[in-house]
Amino acid sequence: MLWLEHVSKTFNTGTINERKALIDAQLHIAPGEFVTVIGGNGAGKSTILNAIAGTWPIDDGAIILDGINVTGLPEHKRAPFIGRVFQDPKMGTAADMQIEENLALARRRGQKRGLKWGVTKAEREEFKEKLAILGLGLEDRMTSKVGLLSGGQRQALTLLMAALMKPKLLLLDEHTAALDPATAAKVLQTTDHLIEENQLTTLMITHNMKDAIEHGNRLIMMNEGRIIYDVSGEEKQKLTREDLLQKFSDIL
Amino acid sequence: MTSYLCAISFGNLVTRLPGGISQGLVWGLMALGVFITFRILDVADLSVDGSFATGGAVAVMLMIAGVPAWAATLIALCAGLVAGLITGLLHAKLGIPAILAGILTQFALYSINLRIMGMSSNQSLNPNRYKMVITMRNIPMAILIGVIISAVIIAILYWYFGTEQGSAIRATGTNNEMSLALGINTSNMKILGLILSNGLVALAGALMAQYQGFSDVNMGRGAIVIGLAAIIIGEILCDAIFKKGCNFAIRLAFVVVGGIIYYIVMVIILWLRLDPNDLKLFTAIIVAAFLAIPYLRGKSKNSFGWAGKRSLPYVEAIKNSLRKGV
Repeated sequence: MLWLEHVSKTFNTGTINERKALIDAQLHIAPGEFVTVIGGNGAGKSTILNAIAGTWPIDDGAIILDGINVTGLPEHKRAPFIGRVFQDPKMGTAADMQIEENLALARRRGQKRGLKWGVTKAEREEFKEKLAILGLGLEDRMTSKVGLLSGGQRQALTLLMAALMKPKLLLLDEHTAALDPATAAKVLQTTDHLIEENQLTTLMITHNMKDAIEHGNRLIMMNEGRIIYDVSGEEKQKLTREDLLQKFSDIL
Repeated sequence: MTSYLCAISFGNLVTRLPGGISQGLVWGLMALGVFITFRILDVADLSVDGSFATGGAVAVMLMIAGVPAWAATLIALCAGLVAGLITGLLHAKLGIPAILAGILTQFALYSINLRIMGMSSNQSLNPNRYKMVITMRNIPMAILIGVIISAVIIAILYWYFGTEQGSAIRATGTNNEMSLALGINTSNMKILGLILSNGLVALAGALMAQYQGFSDVNMGRGAIVIGLAAIIIGEILCDAIFKKGCNFAIRLAFVVVGGIIYYIVMVIILWLRLDPNDLKLFTAIIVAAFLAIPYLRGKSKNSFGWAGKRSLPYVEAIKNSLRKGV
């Protein structure tokens, strides 16, 4: 599904602020895997997600997604394959546009945007059903501006938008970090639900070790631009907080 | 003082108003172009000062060459599209900040407009010889045509920004990051928006040149400010009338209304015998004031000064209790 072959990225090359954010990263993710990514600040977690999403070109290596070499493609051309949720709830939705307009934008991910209506009647029905599943009452506020929603509501909507077209890969970049614990738990529940329902291959960064252990079927730990720990299957299920803390202290 | 009061008569104002309205309609049309960049794309595009004059220059020269007025007007619109394309390429493909890209295009257009007009700073159209789309010699007709053109343009814009492509432009204006993540080619959307905007502005320029019977290389000077004034006046009025917010078509219509009101104010200022050379100063003051109002309004509800004043009774109470304690 996803192959990262010897991927490297250095920021501010040749300056005093030079930082090797990714060093020879190797990662292979099989279809249907739900991988949680943990690591300290500056470990390269967000960098690896941005490299896959195409926020900037990588310095070396190859990224192959669903059999397609996407290394040379800019972000908007990778978007057909990738759904994304950012840490900042404001980043994943257009505040000045209506809920249904936002969903309609996501509905056309990777398609040509021509002169047909931006939102069709059939789509409104579809969106209504999907919003109802979130259980936030958004299905009755379809023409409200997204800017009026709370952070948790916006993040749930972004998730729905990311999963709407069943992307080959779902990238979640600490998408619950800016939410209060109760809301975060609810958004994570929605995340699990959407991933299961749509059989999405997922990469989820989190700072919360408990979340990293409880969610997904594989866990990778990063440090200083390298993947230093990779665990899946039964071993992952047996993993405890203490094991991870031990790993963290081993680094130091 | 008495001679001043004698000179300004109410009847005089009434006779001048229709002229102000028809001019305001054309400038309102121009403001719709500014609306696309300023409100939808969230960039201030200064190339409009140049493309407005380009529209006028192209229309006048083509009409002098024997092209029918409607065709000259449409070709002028296309010239504006090209001007917008240049700004768009400078901004989106060469990474020049939008404001600078606009200034560069505007600067370059000055020379180009002179070239279009055969190295002359103005060219006039004899209204007896040419049939115009819109002319100040028949103001009721000019108002009618202005209203019809505005209505058509508003209908087209309303439709276009409801389509997939128009929605993608709006999304780019509100959230660039998200748009990229949703597969929208945001640099192309910015270029498209700038193209449309300048096309509309050049159309307005072409109409203005016909209306006044000449094109001038300086006719677009300050167009961006007038456009902003029209947008802001329109929005304030729209908010005052529709308190719960209103749909896109009505917002657009109010931009044109804003242009008309701006020109009525100008007519009143001239009627009061103020020096026309001061008009630009008045405009700048009005626009600055209206741009500042939302900010100051927010501040007045949420300022350190007020918070400080509200804190005084509490501080007094502490002082009193301390005194009693002693």
